Amino acid sequence: MYKLQLCLRYLRTRWIAMASIVSVMLGVATMIVVNSVMAGFATEMRERIHGILADIVVETHTLDGDPDANQRMTEIMEVAGDYVEAMTATVEVYGMISFKYRGQVITRPVTLIGIDPETKGKVSPLVTNLSSFTSGRRMGLALNEQDDSTCTVKDVLQHSPADNAGFQAGDRIARCNGTLVDNTKQLAEQLKNAIHLKILEFQVLRNNQSLDLTLPVPSPSWDLTAQARGHRSLMVELEQRRLQWNQPQPVLPANNTQPLTPQQTSPNLDAPPDLDAPPIDLAPAVPPSLRSFDQIDIPPTRTAEPIELADPADPLPAKVYIGAGLIEFPIEDKETGEIRLERMVLAGEDVRITTVSAGRPPEPRHFTATVVDVFKSGMSEYDSNLVFCNIEQLQKTRGMIDPSTGDRAVTSIQVKLKDFEDADVVVERLRAAFPAHIYSVRTWQQKQGPLLAAVELETGILNILLFLIIAVAGFGILAIFYMIVVEKTRDIGILKALGASRHGIMSIFLGYGLALGVVGSSVGVVLGLTFVHFINEIEDGITWVLGRKVFDETIYYFPEIPTAVSPVTVSCVAFGAILIAVLASILPAQRAAKLHPVQALRYE
Amino acid sequence: MSTPPPPPPTSDVSQQARDAWATAVANPTPSAINPSETRDWSPLAQVSTPTNQTPRLSCVALEKSYRKGDLNIPVLRGVDLDLAPGEFLSVVGQSGSGKSTLLHVLGLLDAPSVGEVHCDGRRIDNLKERQRDTLRNHNFGFIFQSYHLLPEFTLLENVVAPLAIRYSTLTWWRHRRSIHEQAHEIIDKVGLGHRVKHRPSELSGGEMQRAAIARALIGQPRVLLADEPTGNLDSSTGQEIMSLLASLNELQQLTIIMVTHDERIACRAHRIVRLDEGRVETVNQAA
Repeated sequence: MYKLQLCLRYLRTRWIAMASIVSVMLGVATMIVVNSVMAGFATEMRERIHGILADIVVETHTLDGDPDANQRMTEIMEVAGDYVEAMTATVEVYGMISFKYRGQVITRPVTLIGIDPETKGKVSPLVTNLSSFTSGRRMGLALNEQDDSTCTVKDVLQHSPADNAGFQAGDRIARCNGTLVDNTKQLAEQLKNAIHLKILEFQVLRNNQSLDLTLPVPSPSWDLTAQARGHRSLMVELEQRRLQWNQPQPVLPANNTQPLTPQQTSPNLDAPPDLDAPPIDLAPAVPPSLRSFDQIDIPPTRTAEPIELADPADPLPAKVYIGAGLIEFPIEDKETGEIRLERMVLAGEDVRITTVSAGRPPEPRHFTATVVDVFKSGMSEYDSNLVFCNIEQLQKTRGMIDPSTGDRAVTSIQVKLKDFEDADVVVERLRAAFPAHIYSVRTWQQKQGPLLAAVELETGILNILLFLIIAVAGFGILAIFYMIVVEKTRDIGILKALGASRHGIMSIFLGYGLALGVVGSSVGVVLGLTFVHFINEIEDGITWVLGRKVFDETIYYFPEIPTAVSPVTVSCVAFGAILIAVLASILPAQRAAKLHPVQALRYE
Repeated sequence: MSTPPPPPPTSDVSQQARDAWATAVANPTPSAINPSETRDWSPLAQVSTPTNQTPRLSCVALEKSYRKGDLNIPVLRGVDLDLAPGEFLSVVGQSGSGKSTLLHVLGLLDAPSVGEVHCDGRRIDNLKERQRDTLRNHNFGFIFQSYHLLPEFTLLENVVAPLAIRYSTLTWWRHRRSIHEQAHEIIDKVGLGHRVKHRPSELSGGEMQRAAIARALIGQPRVLLADEPTGNLDSSTGQEIMSLLASLNELQQLTIIMVTHDERIACRAHRIVRLDEGRVETVNQAA
């Protein structure tokens, strides 16, 4: 009984014990915060990777692809049809993308993926990664992007889904899918997260009245949004004017004045117009007099081809979603010091794509494509590497269509399962069914194995390092306990004279250590969880104090710091800390127990 | 020599109890809590019925020496001492004569180098540490020169500390009321009823020593071992403490052994043993 009493009394009266409690507390809180943030990053990253890759990918080793995609899909259905929810065929190949930005031609290496948006959208989230969707344009909503405190509708396109749903200009969007929305950025985040939804729910404030509106999630398509069409027709008009202007110039680039071939004027899918088109003039031979184009901040159109289309705003037969990282760069505003992202290519403009043909030897192939949308998944690896193209165009350009049968070759088939738990079974079956020397069958995790493993390794190492913090706290406890034992030597002697056993004395100090550990780690857990809960507010506070952004979304791709609290980790950390506190108190407790009662009583 | 105290009630001395006498003390029956009940839990009571011939506490050829490096410093050089039940004995001697050491060895706080210590006819110095601790808790009450109260505890908590050590948390919790009643009774007896909630630092020296006496008494010890109980007190307070001890000895037949260097204090006892250089020099019957 006295042990408990003494423990509690010592805990209450020894202020030096507070130092140990605080050190344990800080260690525990740090570990919880770091683990939660790391887990948040990892989870978010996995989600994003998973969002781009399908559950299972069946790939051919060769870039030439599998000549008969339909046959392969039928086989997959035969082997594992019960598990499969959706499938899509894609062509993946390396390529380059070139576009002009302010007079300079920029060329980037890319992974070109030919997709069918309709089926691809069923296999993995696609539309939620497109900026026309997250900005609301795809549904016909024009939002006020300058406003940081509210999310208001600037305009609604007539006969668009938003118009049909009842949106009006001036509406303030208060909630999206049940979550409060404070500004346009947060709405974009909500829309981006609407991965598995079919219907978007909005709560709208109009004239101080609350309205509930719903919008269907649009399926991804190659259609230009109205805004992109507008931009495109403006581009075409400017280009036409530029051509007229260029007429009297003797040193005009050949391709700009070249008469248009009939093929180029009509978007005919069967005849590949772009293959025969001369390559874009990569050297910007724009006369000095035309530099004014660059200064009005609208980059000139990249090609001269679509000038005389039936409707000049119609896209070319080749259409792409282009990764945001390829065409964006951060730019610092000289006046305000704010960092914003500059887009070098906007939806509706054209880019030049270079890739290789199928067959041996591979030959370079070029085509011009209209940027339909900008793809932003949040994984910089993908965003700065991927260009999605319409699969028909890519197959045609690369010569992957069998002229005699019309069969279209694909390089990979992406499969979505009804339940990802079954992935191992399905992979097993598919591996048995498809020869390994031609196909590789992998889950998205296996495909991204090294990256995921690296993140896990990182977390592990970080945890070991951080646990050292708690170990340091443990040594602190050890030292402080030694002090307390010395200080309490006489009391220990008294207790022994009163008949306390060696064991009893020892358990006082072990219990004291346990109490310190329990108090320290529970306060630490509370502190850590509170910190994690308010991490974004805290980040805002630090930003305000320091005057510069701590967590820059242009660098980390997350508008908010992602966190994931795992109860297992939290309890492991807490129990680890308690254990360390108890272990650290063993030595002082032993010393106390071994004290000779007479010497202890004489101690002054 | 005082009249021997009434012998403790003898219960059936079974063989079982005989075997378990040293260890059974760890598990007192709740009757121990209530002072009005018989103390049949006491292991020693079951072992032997002390008579005039059986000293309560005795030592035979006690020697004690300390090692300091290579030096062997003898402190006690063969002390024989008997303490009859109900006797009030004082041990006097110069500083360094070994009187405190004698008390520590008798109280099992220290082990003798040579010799034996007996309590009610049983040898106790060779018991295991655990048994010695329990024996100390049940049978000995200590009073020290510098009081040795626990500074974190209130007076009441200090007084009940021996019982807190004796009982498990559960037993304590179950009997806390009767324990506290008992404590209040004893605190009243030493005249500190108004100081129950005070910390030792808020008490005067005399009050602290009274508290220490109350603490020594609460476990109903068989022997009270006092080490210079008046050493830190002025003479009048010292006399008050001595009167308290004497009255306890007289009224409750408490066996007391007291170490002091003050002859005037020592003469309050029945018998005075003078130690010199670790040996018993003279034994005087007090007036």
